[in-house]
Amino acid sequence: MVRSNEPIWWSLFSAGGVVAAFLMPITIFLTAIAIPAGAISAEDLRQIVGHPLTRLYLFVLISLPMFHWAHRFRYVAVDLGLKNISSILPVVCYGTALVVTLLALFYLVTF
Amino acid sequence: MPANWWMMKKTYALFIIRELTCIFVGGYALFLLVLVARHDQPQAFVAWLNSPLLIVLQIIALPMVLYHSVTWFNLTPKVMVVWRGEERVSPLLIAGANYVVWAILSIAIFCIVCL
Repeated sequence: MVRSNEPIWWSLFSAGGVVAAFLMPITIFLTAIAIPAGAISAEDLRQIVGHPLTRLYLFVLISLPMFHWAHRFRYVAVDLGLKNISSILPVVCYGTALVVTLLALFYLVTF
Repeated sequence: MPANWWMMKKTYALFIIRELTCIFVGGYALFLLVLVARHDQPQAFVAWLNSPLLIVLQIIALPMVLYHSVTWFNLTPKVMVVWRGEERVSPLLIAGANYVVWAILSIAIFCIVCL
């Protein structure tokens, strides 16, 4: 019997979808609109990023949405005709999400 | 099947657009990673946030991520069926609760960062 990893990837996809749906629009608003509009300076934001809770927030908002991307992208790429690379897509997509997660962990713990 | 099958019908096109929002979700996560990596170089960090090109890209990403949020919240009642005793909790109530939580979280985060 072949064991499937699908439930793990689906759970991460789903968790990433929830996190991105709730937190990403306001975060984009802050970095793309509130800063250029002068509501907060980039330097002030840099100070806020140093806070432990902000680091946790950013780790969650970087890692889980990457797994969300990985799972959705691997299927939509095939839907759009990239069938010839469908065998390497999971490795590339989930691998990227894993690497980004480790990098985020490294930066957020060490800086 | 032709590669443009999804252009044949509006529902197919909306499905593909919904799936493609993941590129913007992942892209913004990568942008955050780069910001975090620049944290110990104050000038580079500020430069990234003030770069006109990156601001434009984020403003393009915003409606796509909003589309992700809306489609995600609207699907929640279909994935998560809640029963209160014998009675099924209204799907509208579940979706509505998501929107309320979304609004509260967004306002709270805005206040914490900007005030």
